Amino acid sequence: MSIREEDISGKLDWAAVLLYIVMVGLGWLNIFASVYDESVKQTIWDLSLNSGRQLIFMAASFIIILAIVIIDMRFYETFAYLFFGVILFVLILVPFIGKEVGGNKAWIGIGSFGVQPSEFAKFITAMAVAKFIGSVGFKMDNLKNQATLFAMIALPMLLILLQKDTGTALVFTSFVLVFYREGLSPFLLIVGICAALIFILTLLIPNQIYLHGAIAVVLIALIVFGKKKLRRIVLLTIGAIVISGVIESVDYVITDVLKPHQQNRVKVLINPDADPLGYGWNVTQSKIAIGSGGFIGKGFLEGTQTKFDFVPAQSTDFIFCTIGEEHGWVGSLFVIALFIALLLRVIFIAERQKSRFARVYGYSVVTIFFFHFAVNIGMTIGLFPVIGIPLPFFSYGGSSLWGFTILLFVLLKLDAHRSQMLQRA
Amino acid sequence: MNESRKEILQIVIVLVGVIFLIKLFSIQVVDDRYAIMAEGNAIMRQVQYPFRGLIYDRNQKLIVYNTPEYDIEVIAKDIKRFDSTKFCEVFEISKEELRIKFKEMKARKEYSPFKPTLFMDQLSNVDFARVQDHMDEFPGFYIQARTTRAYSSTVMANALGYVSEINKNQLDRDKSKIYKQGDYIGQSGVEAFYEEQLRGKRGIRFILRDVKGIEKGSFNDRKYDTLSVPGQNLITGIDIDLQQYGEFLMKGKSGSIVAIEPSSGEILSLVSGPSYDPTLLTGKNYSTNFKLINADSLKPLFNRPLMAQYRPGSIFKIAQAMTALQEGVITPETRIRCDRSIINCHGAHSNEDLRGAIANSCNPYFHGVLRRMLNKGVVNDPFEDTRIGLAEWDKHIKSFGFGSQLGIDLPNEKGGLIPTPAYYDRAYNNRPWKFSNIYSIAIGEGENLVVPIQMANFAATIANRGFFYTPHLVKSIGGDGKALPQYIEKHFTSIDTSYFIVAVDAMEQVVREGTGQRAKLADVIVCGKTGTVENAPPLFDHSVFIAFAPRDNPRIAISVYVEDAGQGARAAASIASLMIEKYLIGQTKRPQIEQYVLNNKFE
Repeated sequence: MSIREEDISGKLDWAAVLLYIVMVGLGWLNIFASVYDESVKQTIWDLSLNSGRQLIFMAASFIIILAIVIIDMRFYETFAYLFFGVILFVLILVPFIGKEVGGNKAWIGIGSFGVQPSEFAKFITAMAVAKFIGSVGFKMDNLKNQATLFAMIALPMLLILLQKDTGTALVFTSFVLVFYREGLSPFLLIVGICAALIFILTLLIPNQIYLHGAIAVVLIALIVFGKKKLRRIVLLTIGAIVISGVIESVDYVITDVLKPHQQNRVKVLINPDADPLGYGWNVTQSKIAIGSGGFIGKGFLEGTQTKFDFVPAQSTDFIFCTIGEEHGWVGSLFVIALFIALLLRVIFIAERQKSRFARVYGYSVVTIFFFHFAVNIGMTIGLFPVIGIPLPFFSYGGSSLWGFTILLFVLLKLDAHRSQMLQRA
Repeated sequence: MNESRKEILQIVIVLVGVIFLIKLFSIQVVDDRYAIMAEGNAIMRQVQYPFRGLIYDRNQKLIVYNTPEYDIEVIAKDIKRFDSTKFCEVFEISKEELRIKFKEMKARKEYSPFKPTLFMDQLSNVDFARVQDHMDEFPGFYIQARTTRAYSSTVMANALGYVSEINKNQLDRDKSKIYKQGDYIGQSGVEAFYEEQLRGKRGIRFILRDVKGIEKGSFNDRKYDTLSVPGQNLITGIDIDLQQYGEFLMKGKSGSIVAIEPSSGEILSLVSGPSYDPTLLTGKNYSTNFKLINADSLKPLFNRPLMAQYRPGSIFKIAQAMTALQEGVITPETRIRCDRSIINCHGAHSNEDLRGAIANSCNPYFHGVLRRMLNKGVVNDPFEDTRIGLAEWDKHIKSFGFGSQLGIDLPNEKGGLIPTPAYYDRAYNNRPWKFSNIYSIAIGEGENLVVPIQMANFAATIANRGFFYTPHLVKSIGGDGKALPQYIEKHFTSIDTSYFIVAVDAMEQVVREGTGQRAKLADVIVCGKTGTVENAPPLFDHSVFIAFAPRDNPRIAISVYVEDAGQGARAAASIASLMIEKYLIGQTKRPQIEQYVLNNKFE
């Protein structure tokens, strides 16, 4: 046993571990900066501050990492479906036994302590999806397999939507990128992206006739200039009709499906002046904070904007404001570079896996991190609607830190055993 | 397989990073607007409190308006070089008070060192003038202007109600999320009932400030500013002069006066005695004064016209008479001997018809009337017979608006009580009961409970010969002068108009030659009815009078209830007639009656 443990620590991917440590550490410093109050003279260790509590969460993460390293690597694949069943059950229970925090009913209380099951649903779904794709006889072009895969991400997504936690639910769409990497036809992906683009275009262009016209023109052009195969023409026509349907549904979605605060977030993105006192105010304040950082920033604890309670969730979802204000463009560059480095490193790790399970899991880690990174920073600088999801390793919060830690370290554990995997395969 | 897809993902990731960096470069380095906004050390949101709606009387005289007052707010992180001695000097408070102020401020739920928090509230104009010049010596402290209620006279406190800071319960119950801690809200009376119309809408102003906290103008050309919208004005049916006269007459007495215009249901005056000066519950002495008023043993906060439930006494005989006429158990000519063996009477009379019995308020007569009413012999069993009779009686009596809330536009209206068979079953614990157990309701004693507004409404119903409009204070909202739709519906009683005419004749006779002669006026025919409600000795009986005038096309219907003041013929009848005189003629020609009301202790 002791020999194996030594073995593993030698094989853990230390580049990824180093990136992890740097990011969590920087996150902690910035959480302190965002709650720091000159007049009160509290230290970073003060447990009444978010930074003090984050330190406890970090200590707990270390214990979680130790557990992941010690547990047998076959454990994850073996029990993936069981965990998946359990987490679905817990997610069903949450709306009934959960407590409400900030309008979302996504928390379960254990004593005085609350956890968000949805944060853990991410890596469990990743394992289950990986196990399914990695199973013998799985073929991505099999329609039944595809349907099963989409059901596997749709189930937790719907249950989390019931908790009114739209942000976390949307994270699950990032799995589509994993499917794409594993051979899903890009057609669906392209249709999805086009639908999103057209959705936004529809909001921008009041008269929908123009859009329908443009789609018709593109369709005819594709048919006339492309290969004139019947199957292709039928598919293109269906695609065009679907897109036109999306346009018609935008109004319905905006007014009936999205809740008023979500409608505002979308509208603000298009027109920042639409709701200057509400969500527009947040984005404006967030941009003022980041924008005032300049090239090199105002310096650690020297930020003024982020300490005005103007931008809510300063230490959680809007933590990037503090980075942007106090460390300027250079600091932002450094943090973004850290993320890109981590993402590329994890792709590298995923690609060197010998088992399909481990590789698919690795790509799930990449896409989940990427989604959080892109959406979170995008919203703070006004490129994305305000969707409340944390910035991995930086945002304050136990459940999210642990969720991301488990995601990463389970992959590193699998990676450490990749040669053994080969023997099994 | 799909090796190229790995590269596509890698490219997408790097591309997103690059897009972010370009966008960041543009807002952080290229565009200096954000830096300038931040240099102003942030934009301050300043709440603009709206003017609360004004309240007018029926002749466009102002009753309630607003007067400016000033709160001191603090942004704690901006406090610099704070000189507490100087501060105490300027604000005229002690060091200890200052310490408490800081403690209170930090305890506020919404307290944040970065946001304006209430520090001292409701400085008067005088205080403001003194403090204003020194504000720049105390960075971090700001003046926030808002308004407080002011009154053109000291009357009508209970009906108007008061406005005060919203409390925690109200804040928790507020589903609309319109209110914030520190906001003011109507707590009783018209202020509470019409809160939604009166409150108006808050505005927000964005102000740029520099590092020293000094205003540097508006943000983005006021593009984001919203103006506050003042509340709507209320036009009431109150005649403020009549109201003042009523409170003048009620000075030192407990009870109520309610006057209604029968042709519209508009309340002309609503006097509750004892009352208090409404100005006491505004401004910074609100909480001290409220404690004092609330602790007063005479209960000046108890709005008697709406909330006091009294036995009505002999005024109820009018309703009994009409009910019996409608049911056909008597005619106006029916004579009943004044047999004083069961129930006592007063005055010299022996064998009256209906009008005479009302004029002399003969108790045995109405004991007999109710016996005929309840024991019609529909069935042989006297218990069951009473039960059937009482159910019919109940239906008629309730059609006058007794026994339930009328739906006046004020909070906390009580409904009174008209007993039903089910009520007596409960009261007698399901043991049998019959007429001989319950006859005291015949003369308005016993279980009946009536609220003064219902008595006035009853007088208005007789004045209208058979119907009433729901009594109400506010006749229109805003400037359009349009009557409120909920108050134009006629509520008819179950009694024929012809029997109302009998009642009107009888009430005229009461004033002309019966028990109510003190209410007689030279130029106007007053119709009225006295009541003397038994009270537990050694206390004096309650004095009651209802009336309307003139007899034809009546313009005012009134009820007066004076607690512990003896016979209705004395205090209540005098006050009612003075009120009628004041309203119809403008002044009293009977100074001796006025002196009688003001100087007599009615003991």
